[in-house]
Amino acid sequence: MASIEQAERRAPWILLSPALTAVGLLLLVPLVFVLVYSFWLRSAVGGIDATFSFNNWAEVLGDRFYRDILLQTIKIALITTVVCALAGYPAAYFIARVKGVNRGFLLLLLMLPFWVSYIIRTMSWINILGVSGAVNSLLQAMGIVTDPIQMLYNETTVVLGLVHYLLPFMILNIYVSLDGIDTTLEDAAHSLGATRWQAFTEVTLPLSMPGLGAGALLCFVLGAGTYITPIILGGPRDAMFANLVFDAIITQLDWPLGAALSLALLVVLGTVVVVYNRFAGLGQLAKGLG
Amino acid sequence: MENAVELRDIVKRFGSFTAVHRMSLDIEQGSFLTLLGPSGCGKTTTLRMIAGLIDTTEGDISIKGKRVNNLPIHKRNLGIVFQNYALFPHKTINENVAFGLKYRGVVGEEAERRVRDALELVQLPQMGDRYPRQLSGGQQQRIALARAIVIEPDVLLLDEPLSALDANLREDMRVELKRIQDKLGITTVFVTHDQGEALAMSDKIVVMRGGKIEQVGEPQAVYDAPESEFVAEFLGSTNILGGRVSGRQGEGVTVDATPFEGVEVPADRAGQTNGATDIKLLLRAEKLLVEPGGSADGGGIAAPAVVETVDYQGQSVRYFLRVGDRRLQAINMVNGKPFAEGETVTARFDPRHCSLLPAQPGEAQA
Repeated sequence: MASIEQAERRAPWILLSPALTAVGLLLLVPLVFVLVYSFWLRSAVGGIDATFSFNNWAEVLGDRFYRDILLQTIKIALITTVVCALAGYPAAYFIARVKGVNRGFLLLLLMLPFWVSYIIRTMSWINILGVSGAVNSLLQAMGIVTDPIQMLYNETTVVLGLVHYLLPFMILNIYVSLDGIDTTLEDAAHSLGATRWQAFTEVTLPLSMPGLGAGALLCFVLGAGTYITPIILGGPRDAMFANLVFDAIITQLDWPLGAALSLALLVVLGTVVVVYNRFAGLGQLAKGLG
Repeated sequence: MENAVELRDIVKRFGSFTAVHRMSLDIEQGSFLTLLGPSGCGKTTTLRMIAGLIDTTEGDISIKGKRVNNLPIHKRNLGIVFQNYALFPHKTINENVAFGLKYRGVVGEEAERRVRDALELVQLPQMGDRYPRQLSGGQQQRIALARAIVIEPDVLLLDEPLSALDANLREDMRVELKRIQDKLGITTVFVTHDQGEALAMSDKIVVMRGGKIEQVGEPQAVYDAPESEFVAEFLGSTNILGGRVSGRQGEGVTVDATPFEGVEVPADRAGQTNGATDIKLLLRAEKLLVEPGGSADGGGIAAPAVVETVDYQGQSVRYFLRVGDRRLQAINMVNGKPFAEGETVTARFDPRHCSLLPAQPGEAQA
């Protein structure tokens, strides 16, 4: 019969086993498939030719086209992250300082967009900014313009769509961080001679950096991995890296090339996460998502 | 003497709730003043108004003769010690203490010297390079004090600074705080609900209740001559007995207050009755002595009693006695073995140790 100590040592693994099984079957096994695919070739008829080859990787790593799109993707994700941080911080600060029922209401409002599909939310911009959208109709009705302005399908609208999608994640992460900061710290700084603004920059801002960092990481990774937003709101030149994966797999039926491309993106984003974890730790991320 | 702080008819309302009600108070330069009262009495609100953390609804606050109502907190030159220390967790102890100096243009060697002096004053000179989380609660409290006094504030405001500490540490810090205050001669306003702290540390105690001042005075005066039942009960344990004046001899009065008859209260203890016949007799629990049953006449007023409950506290013991149909408290030093529950004893007190208040209208003794 097993001793109590042995049972206790085994307990965590027993409790974790359903989750580990799910992660193993649904994440790790498919990832291994993707890795294997990336070393195979597309057959002439669009199927898979299971012969080992470095061709896909040579193309992904050697072609400037892919590198440029990767840089473009990182740029758009970075701009989105900065905009989210600048717009999200004041909102999070406000929510964290509101008391009682109102705070719950504001947090509910923040969750509200998640009840509507991300695709629908993105498409809604067509009704607002499109050629026959709300803004153009208004401008025409007021006689400011005669012909509708083309506002959609450029890099700015891609960033706009991404900010729309990712801002709640940023606000929630900063909010959680701010909520954990004792407000008397600002009072203390203030009483010692700092102005409100100085008290904020000296005390509250540095203490909320973990939340800001976690929010930024989420925004960057989710932003850089998206392909829906550029499809709906971007022009032909605004493709992001995930669009290439989509094209390779769905349009060209070239699964092996798609596998290599998606692994390349995974490695880049994974590196960002690892570097972040090295400096800030991922624990904060769990807090923000809870 | 010059007043460091003056409050004139200050009022604070939160919506329809009045937290502080027309309060006026002078705080002498260099004195240690305590705002004492139960939670919700307005003491912390008053402190926060002096600090500038909240606005006054009405009235004026002056610091060093200058009206400060519209002066923001960072220009008031106050040192505040918060209940939860409020040390900056991302800064070292040195950086914490130097924080206020930086905004006063004190930097470099001068700042280092003053931080060092402040840390020595609170007896933690070695802690400068540590972070707050590496210090115990008592040490953090000392650092919070050092941070508040290093800027040489006009007034030091202490918001229940000892309540987060455990009992032994609290008593040590009490002595320490008083020592530092004496040494610096800094005007101090201390908020507490702990009567022991108030009595031990203050030059003057302001007892507050329901947003109003109930009594102001030196600790001994407030303790010995409470001007209301509330003060008598809040500071220490007091037996309050309804009674009647049955005779007067010169300035003194004779009082019957069941279960005690013919209590001859001297003039200096009866002054507040102003000739009323219905009175309350206040008797401190530690002035009611418990003696063996049927003990020889030791003078004063005595009545036979039965010990109902014994609350043994080491050096002292608190008895709940039944005397006639009354239940009285007595706190006595333990001399040998304490009395047991159910034991018949004699309860005795010296009439010079009790005091009288007029009964409130409508609650006259039938």
